[in-house]
Order: sequence, then C-alpha cells, then structure tokens
Amino acid sequence: MPVYSARVLVSLRPSVLDPAGEATRAAAARLGVAGVSRLRIGKAVEVELEAPDAEAARTQLELLSDRLLANPVIENWTLELNADAAPGA
Amino acid sequence: MTLGVVVFPGSNCDRDVQWAAEGCLGIPTRFLWHEQRDLSGLDAVVIPGGFSYGDYLRCGAIARFAPVLEEVKAFAERGGPVLGICNGFQVLTEMGLLPGALTRNQHLHFLCEPAELVVEPGRCSWLQGYGHGQRVTFPIAHGEGRYQADPELLQRLEQNGQVVLRYARNPNGSVGDVAGLSNATGNVLGLMPHPERACDATTGSVDGRTLLASLLG
Repeated sequence: MPVYSARVLVSLRPSVLDPAGEATRAAAARLGVAGVSRLRIGKAVEVELEAPDAEAARTQLELLSDRLLANPVIENWTLELNADAAPGA
Repeated sequence: MTLGVVVFPGSNCDRDVQWAAEGCLGIPTRFLWHEQRDLSGLDAVVIPGGFSYGDYLRCGAIARFAPVLEEVKAFAERGGPVLGICNGFQVLTEMGLLPGALTRNQHLHFLCEPAELVVEPGRCSWLQGYGHGQRVTFPIAHGEGRYQADPELLQRLEQNGQVVLRYARNPNGSVGDVAGLSNATGNVLGLMPHPERACDATTGSVDGRTLLASLLG
C-alpha cells in the first residue's frame, strides 16, 4: 500500500491564554530581538500513513487530528498532506 | 463498600488515595491496573493524580484510551460514583465525562500549596457532607490546572450548578475560579486539589475526609 506523509500543526485557539508563548516572547526581548508583538507555541506532528489513496489517507488523518492529536476544546489543527505517495514496502 | 483506584504508568497518588480511604477511613480499596477491565464488586472508582503515560501529547490524552477507562466510562454512565483528582480530572475531561479542558497555569509555575476552596455541593453525591458555601482547605500540586471553557459553556455549567468547587483566591487563572466540576447528574466529580492529602491529621488538614466518607452513606 502507498505511504503518505503529512504534517499536522496544532495551535492553541486564539481565545486560550498561552503563558509559555508569553514567557518566550519576553525572552525574545531579552535576547535583543525587539518588536515581537505575538508569539504562540503549538506542535508540529509528522505522520506517515499507509492508505489505498490520498482521499482515504486524508480521512484517517483528519480523524487522528481531531480525536487525538488536538483537543478541539482548546486547540485548532491544520493538516498538510503530501498527495504524492511513496511506494509501500 | 469497595473503592477502585485506577493505576496508570506514571500515576503517583494512587497510594495516597489508598491510605486516605483505607488507612484513615476504613474503606477497602482495590487497585485497577490500566490494562484490566474488571470492575466487578466496586462501588466507586477514583482516577488519581500523577502523570499518566508521562502526560505525553496532552495531560490525559493517552490515558483516555486505556482499557480500564472504557469500563469506568460505562460505570459512570450507569450512575456509578467516579472521582478524578488532579491528573484524574484532566483524564475525565479528555474522556468527555466532564466538559472543558485543563491547560498550563497562568504564570507557568508548578503550584504546590494549600488552597482554600468554597464548596457548592449542588447535586454532587461526593460533596453532600459539606454545607452550602462551606470553606475547606485542600493542597494543590499542579502545573496544568487552569480550567478553560468558553463563556457559553461556563454559563451553562453555572446555571446547572455543576461548578461545585471554587478557589477562594484563584491561583492558576481558571475561568470562573473553577477548582472542581461535577457532571449534570452529580455522580462524577473532577477537581484539581487533592482531598486525599487532607485526610490524615499528621499532614495537616482533614477537610478531605468528608468527601471520601460520602461513600459510607
């Protein structure tokens, strides 16, 4: 079966406070990088998945993103799917 | 009366709960390893504090898929009393037994200190021994205890009387000062503070005894 690679980006919803991002923003100023007006920390999850075709891969990755990788109560996610599959083993 | 205490890899308050229930109150306990499914003979279940599965991904996110929790969920849906303490509260929200989520403390510090709480027992079976507006002190020990819910959800929870424990002085930025929540029917309680660490007089407060003693009727 072909292997699809994808990246899922998980970010805190805009309404959710990101204290770690705020602390990092303060450190940026101490480094001497001025003018950082916004800094939010999320996660990037790299996934490789076997699926019969790109559509099936997308369906599975959406389920994975929505039900495990992100908690929709506090997080948003976006999926970047590389539609060019590598041949399976 | 037997109390089940769930044990995940990374749980670290399981024995505290056992001591509080069995050692201080005489309530027999049984540990439930995360891979097992047998809840027979149990009258209530506690999901204790700690760092289940290392809290990888998010606190409670991996624990949600533990075999034992499928049974705990069914037990709760049949009306069985379920208590989630600290990491257990985080697990209950990830499982969908309680709404909202718990996120990083407002000032990033891991907080380890006594916290004064205001109890509004409502329908919550675990809190019926406390008076309306009673103040109690339980220790808190968490880095990710800031309760998060959107304003509509919080308003609904307030109207339903599900916000059963509030911080007298909000330590972590939780919306609505929420320290503990019950489900709509009152049999499930999740709270960040540790009532099991307030049961033995040698460690200070015994305000938590009333909560666990609710099991004795």
